[in-house]
Amino acid sequence: MQKSTLVKVFAAAFASAAFSLPVLAADTIKIGVAGPHTGDLAPYGLPSKDAAEMVVAEVNAKGGINGKKVELMIGDEQCKPELATNVATKLVSEGVNIVIGHVCSGATKAALGIYKEAKIITISPSATNPPLTKGGEYPNFYRTIAPDDDQAQLAAMFVIEKLGAKKVAVLHDKGDYGKGFADFSKEAIEKSGKAKVVMYEGVQPGAMDYSAVIQKLGREKVDAVIFGGYHPEASKLLAQMGKKKIKVPFVGPDGIKGDGFLKIAGKDAEGVYATGPKDVTQYPLNAKVRAEYKAKYGKEPGTFFDQAYAATLAAVNAIKVAGGTNYDALGKALKTSPVETTVGKIKFDAKGDAEGVGFAVYQVKNGAFAEVK
Amino acid sequence: MDFEYLFQLLCSGVVKGSIYALIALGYTMVYGIIQLINFAHGEIYMIGAFVALIITGVVTLSGYSGFSVLILAAVVAAIYAAAYGFTLEKIAYRPLRGAPRLSPLISAIGASIFLMNYVQLAQTPDFLPFPELVPEFEFMEPWVQYVSSVDMVILVVTALVMVALTVLIKYTRIGKAMRATQQDQVMARLVGINVDRVISATFVIGSILAAIGGVLIASRTGQINTAIGFMAGIKAFTAAVLGGIGNIPGAVLGGLVLGIAETFGAGYISSAYEDVFAFGLLVLILVLRPAGLLGKAVKQKV
Repeated sequence: MQKSTLVKVFAAAFASAAFSLPVLAADTIKIGVAGPHTGDLAPYGLPSKDAAEMVVAEVNAKGGINGKKVELMIGDEQCKPELATNVATKLVSEGVNIVIGHVCSGATKAALGIYKEAKIITISPSATNPPLTKGGEYPNFYRTIAPDDDQAQLAAMFVIEKLGAKKVAVLHDKGDYGKGFADFSKEAIEKSGKAKVVMYEGVQPGAMDYSAVIQKLGREKVDAVIFGGYHPEASKLLAQMGKKKIKVPFVGPDGIKGDGFLKIAGKDAEGVYATGPKDVTQYPLNAKVRAEYKAKYGKEPGTFFDQAYAATLAAVNAIKVAGGTNYDALGKALKTSPVETTVGKIKFDAKGDAEGVGFAVYQVKNGAFAEVK
Repeated sequence: MDFEYLFQLLCSGVVKGSIYALIALGYTMVYGIIQLINFAHGEIYMIGAFVALIITGVVTLSGYSGFSVLILAAVVAAIYAAAYGFTLEKIAYRPLRGAPRLSPLISAIGASIFLMNYVQLAQTPDFLPFPELVPEFEFMEPWVQYVSSVDMVILVVTALVMVALTVLIKYTRIGKAMRATQQDQVMARLVGINVDRVISATFVIGSILAAIGGVLIASRTGQINTAIGFMAGIKAFTAAVLGGIGNIPGAVLGGLVLGIAETFGAGYISSAYEDVFAFGLLVLILVLRPAGLLGKAVKQKV
């Protein structure tokens, strides 16, 4: 019984291999989709897979790219670097033309070397680790999400250029997230040379009183405060600044851009700036695609869906413009030919980051965050 | 030398110190009478703040405002906290009265964790905004750079509580009974003191002080959550030990020293190391004066 089942399975496998071989050999464009599709982090990878499938189905329904059908090659690596290299090797050996992925920064980094050697363009919807593009090590890498330090860069530039600050205080809550934001902001300000960081300090999260830091802010006569951290500390700092009548612009990261902050800081929140991801729902394509997704799957699309949809569109557009899958031609197309996507109209800069995606500055006005134009 | 800045820091330090002292007073009183480190004191403080928040919400809805809300919230919070303190002692400490000293200590830690999680489940783990219950006094306007209205109220209340506690323990009947209980429980019983009642009273008073601290400090920080008691408890404990645990003026002195040291450390060096200054100072003082600043070395009875 068991033996016969095995035989059947083998036979079926053989048959399907035999059938699929001609398809593989036929002239198709192979787009790889790599990311976590099982395991803990699957919720970050599956929406990307869905997005790629939706784009490809639509492209194929319209007759493919330049007359060629598109075929998806799905690779599951559970966000694990060691599996990511396996997936990458497998995709490369099966002749993938371009890859959408990977999802986690660690896994992406592990796989990138393999794609680079095989000269295969990789577009990640979600790997935000800054050096992946900015390090210059992987010219084959592109992404449709803004890197981690973009937010801090934006905050720093906003403070210098829009607020015209000369003396900036950078505070943080000593945590990974807050200190990371503070460090990148400080670096950006110092690099610009237009303003000085006169105060750079960590505050104790959960402490009852920040008056010493507030007194210092008053003494240094800063023009603006950049704060890296979450909303409880931000509201505490703001409340105490208010009490001491220290009125300077306060800029925080997306950790304070939420209802929790508005609720706790109350009237102290008024006028506070926060950086946060751009509102992508304003783009017509985004709304259309989301509606399609909801109709098909009966739920809202998950994390990185928009970015993955955009990445796949960018890949398809690049192949169309380049007229094939030549590495250099594809790279040129990605960098020069803008495409309308779910995250806005994008093309990529020299390092591979999408221009026009990322963060915007918001300000609290009448108890709600409104984008600063 | 920037004296303006120095003075600002000094004021901040004194205010911060009296915040610590206000919580430390209840802590140190309980320790003084029954030699128990009541780790749940911080949680009673947190419960006081939560009760006050609920009361304020209800009262504000019905149209009252200003000082009357503060008084009402503080009174209800104090009653609730007193009930919690009384019950806590009955359940967690009284059965362990005769046990080795470590047992009630562990029980206290357990009570602290229990209360924190209980409030978290019954209310919410989120941060909640706490209204400013202390109105801005107009006569404080020119001094607001140094001391705000709520700071002033905290300073005054801390001083009043310190004096009241000292008077209570030194000059009243219950105070005399407390001192007797502290010295020798068996002997106190023999001369007709109801020791159980005295200890209950100690906890009730300690809890009322914690609740008052909770209301005032929460209306200063403007936010509460269920974890605020932990940090407050640690700092108050440090202040109490610094001043000599069990000693009422010592708790205030310890709080002030701690607050000023932290503020100067943060103001002149870096706030990232605030706690390093606080606990470094604690170590230093305990090395030089093991019983604390005002504590008397107690001879161990062998």
